Amino acid sequence: MILRLAIGSLCARALTVGMTILAIALSVTLFLGVEKIRTGARASFADTISGTDLIVGARSGSVQLLLYSVFRIGNATNNVTWDSYQDIKSRPEVDWIVPISLGDSHRQFRVMGTTSGFFEHYKYRGGRALEIPEGHGLEDLYDAVVGADVAATLGYAVGDPIVVSHGLASFTAHDDQPFRIAGIIAKTGTPVDRTVIVSLEAIEAIHVDWQSGAKSGQITPREVIRDMDLTPTAITAALVGVKSRLQVFGLQRWINDYPEEPVLAILPGVALQELWQIVGVAETALIGVSAMVVVTALIGMMAMIFSSLNERRREMAIWRAMGARPSTILGLLVLEAMLMAAAGALLGLGFLYLGLVIGQPWVDAAFGIWLPIEPPSPRDALALGFVIGAAALTSLFPALRAYRLSLADGMMVRI
Amino acid sequence: MTIPALALDDVAFAWPGRGGFSLSCPAFKMAPGERVLLIGASGSGKSTLLSLICGIVPATRGRVSVGGTDLGTLSAGGRDRFRAEQIGVIFQQFNLLPYAKVIDNILLPLRFAPHRRTRAGGGVTEAARLCAELGLPDEVLSRQAGRLSVGQQQRVAVARALIGAPPLIVADEPTSALDAETQDSFLRLLFDRTDEVQSALLMVSHDERLAPRFDRVIRLADIVSTERSAA
Repeated sequence: MILRLAIGSLCARALTVGMTILAIALSVTLFLGVEKIRTGARASFADTISGTDLIVGARSGSVQLLLYSVFRIGNATNNVTWDSYQDIKSRPEVDWIVPISLGDSHRQFRVMGTTSGFFEHYKYRGGRALEIPEGHGLEDLYDAVVGADVAATLGYAVGDPIVVSHGLASFTAHDDQPFRIAGIIAKTGTPVDRTVIVSLEAIEAIHVDWQSGAKSGQITPREVIRDMDLTPTAITAALVGVKSRLQVFGLQRWINDYPEEPVLAILPGVALQELWQIVGVAETALIGVSAMVVVTALIGMMAMIFSSLNERRREMAIWRAMGARPSTILGLLVLEAMLMAAAGALLGLGFLYLGLVIGQPWVDAAFGIWLPIEPPSPRDALALGFVIGAAALTSLFPALRAYRLSLADGMMVRI
Repeated sequence: MTIPALALDDVAFAWPGRGGFSLSCPAFKMAPGERVLLIGASGSGKSTLLSLICGIVPATRGRVSVGGTDLGTLSAGGRDRFRAEQIGVIFQQFNLLPYAKVIDNILLPLRFAPHRRTRAGGGVTEAARLCAELGLPDEVLSRQAGRLSVGQQQRVAVARALIGAPPLIVADEPTSALDAETQDSFLRLLFDRTDEVQSALLMVSHDERLAPRFDRVIRLADIVSTERSAA
């Protein structure tokens, strides 16, 4: 009965109560949304690479190596010589090794030189392989395979010619040696979507006439280039798979102790953990800010309850005259606050799912972050519980004031 | 000797810090089922006296007993419970929770008084019966109290005060918000119903024209002396 009366009392003040609930709902949406994006971003990052045991690159930081080799963020400080690559490749522990050569670009997208082994061994989202529904993989020297975003953004179809630029933000193009799009990779939600993949030899081929980073005057005909030895002298990084996972650490130690050249081997999972530690500060700040918004909404509710107390003194007097204790009145106000918070939390959850349904494709397309629509996690439920609990706590302040007022007023209100 | 419905004996009370308003009442008694009209203007200690009788505030000296129970022996929570069980209260106006249904308003005191709820036999049927006898149509029960006319609201307040037959009904100027004609029928209904359950009725009013209808008429100033020290 008290619950029914509390709901009735809230409904009677629909406008102010509604506004309060809306404020709580929006703050809850923001909080859960930030949480959702955070976990979505983490999952997307973590899903980017799987099945690779080690990433090898020039000696730098492990996070840096992970970022430029897998996420195409930042640049390599140095290369790994082809000889070192061969040495690693010939280790008995190595099951497969895929070289990667970065440094050129096509429009806003990066160009990656690799071997056809990349299509075989690169796995994402728990072991899924790349698929090429249109066209085929790297067969000819001047074949390029583009990611789904590259094709969609630039409107490419299989068979179109494309020209690779030298460097990353460069106006000098390798226009003497255009490529042909051999295939388009199905959407993966990984940086592969935004990558133009060519063969390792092709990277060498387009740099034949280049010396010290500038175009020399002469142009070597393509027929001549095709007959040249296009074995690269250096690569940017390599993805390594071992025969037995037990050998990972042994091989990593061997590579890191490699005497000929300073190289670095990292475990992708460990490097991701390090990355989280860096990103974690920003995440915490974001969560902190959105939690403050929830607190602000609750303080708004507290102010609303405070301002309603005066006009509700007569109501309190009726309760008291009927035999309600001052503590019942305190409980009534706390109950009302919890009902408002619960309504706000549920509405906020509704807003979140509405936003997810609308925003999911856009976020995926714009940021490559896949936000799964799934039932609220225990963590979400806990957060909602906290909101309701915090509402009860903040409402204690006006409720205690009502308690004192009703003690003083009794059943006779002096206004 | 029967136990009086209400007895005040050498009672004194002072509001803490409220301009030093204090009140004393040497003796006042009401027999069970008696109808007493207490005449007094506002500011004459009326509210304070009613607060003492209803156990909202404890007397600083003396005894206030309702139906033989000394309120001074009860805790604050005990007095609240006692009030719910033993006393029906009717105000001048704004008696009801406007957002609640009429039926919930009538049943509200039973929520805090299990014995009275038992006496009322659960309450819903009793509430409907009381409303019918007070001339309220059935469909009123499920309507929001705030949508009724003032006269109807006052009758709902009577039903609420009478449900479960508390031995003492305290009415604080219940007719002053009503016009003369409604006043008349309201009082008749109130008296009929209090007679039926044999509750004592203590009504406070400043309207002396009501006097002939009561067993006893008392001027507040005759039983109570007040003092307001200029603190």
